[in-house]
Amino acid sequence: MTEAAIVRMEHIWTRFGDNVVHRDVSLSLERGKILGIVGASGCGKTVLMREMIGLQAPTEGRVYLFGELLQTARPKRQQQLRNRCGMLFQGGALFSALTVYDNIAFSLRELRVSDEDLISHLVCMKLSMVGLGADDALLMPAELSGGMIKRAALARALIMEPELLLLDEPTSGLDPVLSEEFVGLLDELQTELGFTVVLITHDLDTLKDLCDRVAVLADRQLVAFGTLEDVLACTHPFTEHFFHGQRAQRVFAGMG
Amino acid sequence: MVEFSIEASAPPVREVRVSPDGQTVVLSGSWNLRSLGAAPPELRRRLEALGGEQRLEWDLRDVEVLDSAGAFLLWRAWGRRLPEKRQFRQEHVSTFARWETRQIPSLDDAARPAVPLPLRAQRFVSGIAAHLLSLVTLLGQFVLDVFHLLRHPGDVPWRPISATIHETGGRALGITALVGFLIGVVVSYLSSFQLQTFGAQIYIVNILGLSIIRELGPLLAAILVAGRSGSAMTARLGVMRVTQELDALSAMGISHSLRLILPKVVALTIALPLLVVWTDVIALTGGAMSAHLELNIGYQQFLQKLPQAVPVTNFAIGLGKGAVFGLFIALIACHFGLRIQPNTESIGNETTNSVVASITLVILVDAVFAILFRGVGLP
Repeated sequence: MTEAAIVRMEHIWTRFGDNVVHRDVSLSLERGKILGIVGASGCGKTVLMREMIGLQAPTEGRVYLFGELLQTARPKRQQQLRNRCGMLFQGGALFSALTVYDNIAFSLRELRVSDEDLISHLVCMKLSMVGLGADDALLMPAELSGGMIKRAALARALIMEPELLLLDEPTSGLDPVLSEEFVGLLDELQTELGFTVVLITHDLDTLKDLCDRVAVLADRQLVAFGTLEDVLACTHPFTEHFFHGQRAQRVFAGMG
Repeated sequence: MVEFSIEASAPPVREVRVSPDGQTVVLSGSWNLRSLGAAPPELRRRLEALGGEQRLEWDLRDVEVLDSAGAFLLWRAWGRRLPEKRQFRQEHVSTFARWETRQIPSLDDAARPAVPLPLRAQRFVSGIAAHLLSLVTLLGQFVLDVFHLLRHPGDVPWRPISATIHETGGRALGITALVGFLIGVVVSYLSSFQLQTFGAQIYIVNILGLSIIRELGPLLAAILVAGRSGSAMTARLGVMRVTQELDALSAMGISHSLRLILPKVVALTIALPLLVVWTDVIALTGGAMSAHLELNIGYQQFLQKLPQAVPVTNFAIGLGKGAVFGLFIALIACHFGLRIQPNTESIGNETTNSVVASITLVILVDAVFAILFRGVGLP
C-alpha cells in the first residue's frame, strides 16, 4: 500500500550541467522509521534530502511525499505537505535577526496563533525537550555556541510537531559527548512524538544507535539500502571501507 | 492509523459537546496546532468555563488528532492538572504527560523599563561621538597605511585596486552617462527660455559650462557612485563579517585596513574624478544638442566659446571635488561596513545608513568647497 511510505523516491536522476549526481536512485521509507544516509563528501546527500521535500527538483524520476507525487502537486499543496516536515539545516539556518525564542515561535506566529500564553508554553516545552534553558531563549543566534545552535534549530524544526523530520548532519561539529547526548535526545523525542526521521551523518555511532534503515550513496548510486545488517553485508568498495575499516570495527564489534 | 492525505486537506470538525445528562463533556475532531491556530477566543472561554466545574467527566475518546498545543489548551482549562473523571485514548495519555510531568522552564517576562529622556539624549550624543571617533580612526589608519606603502612599495595591493576601479568606475559609465545627458538637456532647455527673452542666447555656453563642470558633474557622479558602489562596499564588508571571513583574514595575519579598506578608498579616489570627466563631457554634449535645437547655436561655436567662458580652474576644482567625494564615500562605506553585526537586519540598516550618510556628506562637502573657492575660477 502506498500509504505506508512517508517518502518514496523512484528512479531519481540529478544532473548539474554535465555533472551527474544521482544515477537511478530509488528508496522508500515507512512511517516511524529512522533512515540514515551515508556517503562520501560531495556525493549528493544533501541534494537528495532537499529533493525529498521538493526544495529542489530532480532532473528525472518521481518523488512521493506522504504518498503524493510532488512534481504534479500544485505549489500550495506542496507547501502544505512541506509544512508537515521539519528540517534541520547543516548550519542551523536560524534567522539571525530574531532571538532564539522568536525563531522557534516563528511558524506559530505564521499560523496566526494569537494566544501568547500558548506560544510561550509550546516554545518553552520544545526548549526543555532539546535541553536548553529559559535563559537561552532570549539570546541572539550569533551569541550561541555550535551545540546550542543545533539544539535551537532542532527545537525550531520540532515546533510544529512534524511527521517527517529531516536532519542534515545533526551531530557534525559537536564533541563526542554532546553528539552522544544529541543522539539520545533524538531517540527519546522520536519515541515520544513518533515522527519519521531522515538524517545525514558520517558518524558510525549515530548510525548504530539510532537508525533502522541505512542508505549508502557512492559512485552516484544507491549502493546499499536496508537495515544496518543488510548494509554491512554489502560488498561495494565504499561500504567495505566505510563499515569495515578499523574505526568501524571498533564501533560494530559484536554486530553482523 | 491516520489517513494523512485526507486529514490535511479537510480537517475533521472539532466539537465540544455536553452530554444530555450534563455530566460528561465530549470532545471530538482534531485538536492540533494547525486546526487550533486561528481558533476563536470563544473556544478558550467555553473550555475554561467547563474546566472550572469539578464534577464533569471529560470524554476524549472521539478526539482523532491531539498534539501538544491541543493538550495544552485543555490542560490549561482544567487548571493545569488532569481532571479526576476522564476517558482518554491510550495514545493521548503520553501527550498530556508531557505537560503534566515535564519541568517546563518559565520565561520571566521582564518588561523593559522605559529609558528616561536625558539618558536617551546622552546615548544619542555618545553614539555620534563613537561614529566620529571610529571614522577618524579609520582615516588615521588609512594615512598610516599610505605611509607604510610609500616605504614598502612592494606591498601595494595593485590587483584589488584595479578591480575596484573597474567595479566602481568602469561599470558606472552607463548610468552616469544617462543621468548626465538628461540633466544637461534639461538645464540647457530651461535656461534657453530665459536667455531668449534677454536676447543673450550665446550665454548658454557660460551657464552650462560653469554649472556642469564646477557643480553638477561632480555632484551627480558622486551621488550615483554613493548609491551604487558605497552600498555595495558596505554590504560586502557586512557579509564578510557574517561569514567570518573578516576573522579568517585576521587569523592569517592580514590587516583589514590594508587589504580591504585601502584598495577601496584609493580606487574610488582615482575612479570618481575620472567619472566626473566622463559625466561632464556627456552632460555638455546633451546641453549642446539642446542648445543647437532650441537656440540654433552650432556645435563648433559651442566648443570654441567654452574655454573662454569657463576658466580651466573650474575643471580642476571639479576634479578635486571628485577625488574628495570618492575618498569620503569609500571611507563612510567601509566605516559602516565594519560596524555591521553578524545578523541580516544589521546589514540592511547599516547599508541604508551608509548611503544616507555618504550622500549627505557629499552635499555638505560640496557646500564647503563652494565657500572655500568662492573667489576662484569665476570670470
